[in-house]
Amino acid sequence: MGSITLEHVHKSFGGHPVIPDASLQIEDGEFVVFVGPSGCGKSTLLRLIAGLEDTTSGIIRLDGEDVTDQGPASRGLAMVFQSYALYPHMTVRQNIGFPLKMANTDKATAERKVADAARVLNLTDYLDRKPRELSGGQRQRVAIGRAIVRQPKAFLFDEPLSNLDAALRVNMRIEITELHQQLKTTMVYVTHDQVEAMTMADKIVVLNAGRIEQVGSPMELYRNPANKFVAGFIGSPRMNFLEGPAADKYRAATIGVRPEHMRISRESGEWAGRVGVAEHLGSDTFFHIHVDGAGMQTVRTEGEKDFAPGDPVWLSPDPSHIYRFDQSGLALR
Amino acid sequence: MARQVSTRRKLAFTALAWIVALILFFPILWTILTSFKTEQEAIASPPMIIPSWTIENYIEVQIRSDYFRHFFNSVWISVGSTLIALLIAIPSAWAMAFTPTPRTKDVLMWMLSTKMMPAVGVLVPMYLIFRDTGALDTVWGLTIVLTLINLPIVIWMLYTYFREIPVDILEAARMDGAILWKELVYVLVPMAVPGIASTLLLNVILAWNEAFWTINLTASKAAPLTAFISSFSSPQGLFWAKLSAASTLAIAPILVLGWLSQKQLVRGLTFGAVK
Amino acid sequence: MATRESRTLARIMMAPSVIVLLIWMIVPLVLTLWFSFQNYNLLNPITSFAGLLNYQFFVTDPAFLQSIGNTLLLVGGVLLITVVGGILLALLLDQPIFGQGIVRILVISPFFIMPPVAALIWKNMLMHPGYGIFARIAETFGFQPVDWFAQFPLFSIILIVAWQWLPFATLILLTALQSLSEEQKEAAEMDGANALRRFIYIVLPHLARAITVVILIQTIFLLGIFAEVLVTTNGGPGYNSTNLAFLVYRTALLSFDVGGASAGGVIAVILANIVAIFLMRAVGRNLDA
Repeated sequence: MGSITLEHVHKSFGGHPVIPDASLQIEDGEFVVFVGPSGCGKSTLLRLIAGLEDTTSGIIRLDGEDVTDQGPASRGLAMVFQSYALYPHMTVRQNIGFPLKMANTDKATAERKVADAARVLNLTDYLDRKPRELSGGQRQRVAIGRAIVRQPKAFLFDEPLSNLDAALRVNMRIEITELHQQLKTTMVYVTHDQVEAMTMADKIVVLNAGRIEQVGSPMELYRNPANKFVAGFIGSPRMNFLEGPAADKYRAATIGVRPEHMRISRESGEWAGRVGVAEHLGSDTFFHIHVDGAGMQTVRTEGEKDFAPGDPVWLSPDPSHIYRFDQSGLALR
Repeated sequence: MARQVSTRRKLAFTALAWIVALILFFPILWTILTSFKTEQEAIASPPMIIPSWTIENYIEVQIRSDYFRHFFNSVWISVGSTLIALLIAIPSAWAMAFTPTPRTKDVLMWMLSTKMMPAVGVLVPMYLIFRDTGALDTVWGLTIVLTLINLPIVIWMLYTYFREIPVDILEAARMDGAILWKELVYVLVPMAVPGIASTLLLNVILAWNEAFWTINLTASKAAPLTAFISSFSSPQGLFWAKLSAASTLAIAPILVLGWLSQKQLVRGLTFGAVK
Repeated sequence: MATRESRTLARIMMAPSVIVLLIWMIVPLVLTLWFSFQNYNLLNPITSFAGLLNYQFFVTDPAFLQSIGNTLLLVGGVLLITVVGGILLALLLDQPIFGQGIVRILVISPFFIMPPVAALIWKNMLMHPGYGIFARIAETFGFQPVDWFAQFPLFSIILIVAWQWLPFATLILLTALQSLSEEQKEAAEMDGANALRRFIYIVLPHLARAITVVILIQTIFLLGIFAEVLVTTNGGPGYNSTNLAFLVYRTALLSFDVGGASAGGVIAVILANIVAIFLMRAVGRNLDA
């Protein structure tokens, strides 16, 4: 079991509020991702759940039980740190077995559990090595192994992939997702990378300046962002925003059009501009267009298109995919 | 990329460096050599370089002035004061390194400032307090004083070492279910062993060589080597070989410890200001 | 960043060290201040309030001004020798040489010699006018041997202390030197700077901080030089090699004048504090880095 409830959690450091007021319900077995730019309070929120920080006010419940005043050791959660935080003086075996030792598990059971975890994570051959003899990906696995053996109520991940190179990150993303499908334990995952959020989450929590901007499934957030911030943060490349006359036409302060919903043409369209930089990815091409009076806009086209820098072009939005926002940035429906 | 240096240039620098190093080391070398000479050889003219390797002086020093009592006084005082200081300092440095508050820096600076107080400034009251409490000329009295004067350095050194241990790892231990003492015993201390060891080493050296309080607060009973050697200051006949023997014994152990700790020395002595 | 519980715990863990140091700082200092206003001699059982008399006597004693002068000369002389010598030596040891490890060990060794031993070695075996090595060298070249401690007592002590502290300066400056990036030196070389200019514009500024630290830390220790004076000249001849620390010792434990010695102690504390303020700033700045 592992449902997590936050009720009006408030946290300030030395009078400076970091989390003004957060309420959130995480169901048992869910994979929840906290996403937001750096300094948005997502890590603090995770550490509050872990018990590594205490709340200034508000209540945190695990399976309905108030754990606000409990220390991290007694909450029964497991955490994987960005730096992996492996114990450098212990072997992989001792690292993975450490939580069991702390729980006074009997030797035979502990050995079996460590062996099981090592097998699942492909670490069996490395059990007697020290962390410094492992690659980044292996260290990451040890950290996960250490979390698994505890059989925690929930796993907490604090930007676990940000120290890995790009290729490995994709692999680990899949491994963690598979692990979740296998264990069906609640996972709370913090990242600043919206791709990780989109690909892994059952539920995304978008944070900005300590505030929860929107909670929902990846596609919900993609289709119906509640405000300009979420609209801009979710989706890649970033959504184009246009203001002024272009927006007035749609009776909005700002309109947003995703690059994949923007059409480019040499002949005609809604907004005139000139081609700037073209980024050829093979399957797709991103064109950055200088639009007269509306700044730089991005267009995503499939396959290869032969627009050269400086070419005059026209852009027009897909009318069924125009997002409208009011003066304060809230979505208009 | 290091560049290839011409061998001739390297040889020139090598010769120069060795000459300078040997000049600086000469007084120590000469003392060691003299300690194995007879008293006549010690003042021979021209000076004798190769001694006759007698150990007479060492025996003499022990028989005449009970050398090893002073030696062990030095051991007790330096090791004892360092261990007590570590005992007080480890929890304190742990707290400041891992639970810093806005005032932590001020506390550390204040602790260091107690080290700046010149010993002569408080010589009089310390002497009177020692006289009135019966601590004068006792090993435990000196141990307390040396603990106090070195405590700030011990805390500072430990603090700089502890700060290099990532907080994440201690938090991971907490998440793994470790309660405080387990966190300290299984995670912090094993990781801090090198730092604690070099702190210990440097402070034993400092305490061993401390030559103000050890001279002023002892007479004969508790006198460590600093005070004992100082008593050789009055010129009395031909005693250089014996003085050299006593000196060699007094500096040899600490010289070895010093060589072992030289890598950590800079950092300890500059309170982490130069690494 | 922590919880309330761990903060409370932290306070408890710090308490012993704070309390002990607080007592150590306050009690003797307050007593010194108190005694400095008393007529109090260990040979005379009657004590009375003295006002500023002790300070007046101590400061107007001709030995006082001389001891202040000697203290400054001692500190200044040793600093000059160790800093200049330390920079040169550090530059030398930074070069690629054969047997670097052993050279390093030989050079730092004097630092580990306890002050009384250092002073006695120099006094008897090097500087002795009859049998010392220096005298022998002088005779070999047909010069009159110098009676160091009679003719140049303060200079002799400066030499001994400088020998003890040169390794300290060298080691710290060498450490600082080695942290200078090779690329920076190469960049300067590409920019056409010759060795001397590289030293003046790149190396020296890089060493500035380490030099400051060396000067300040040494000053703290050098202000309190005691054993070297005690075993070599005993402050003499006359007061020619008496520094402030030795004068206080002499007033207290040889003349048993508690009041006078305390007044001297207070003056020493004030002097040291002026230096300490600068040191704390230099070290404190590093805390944030």
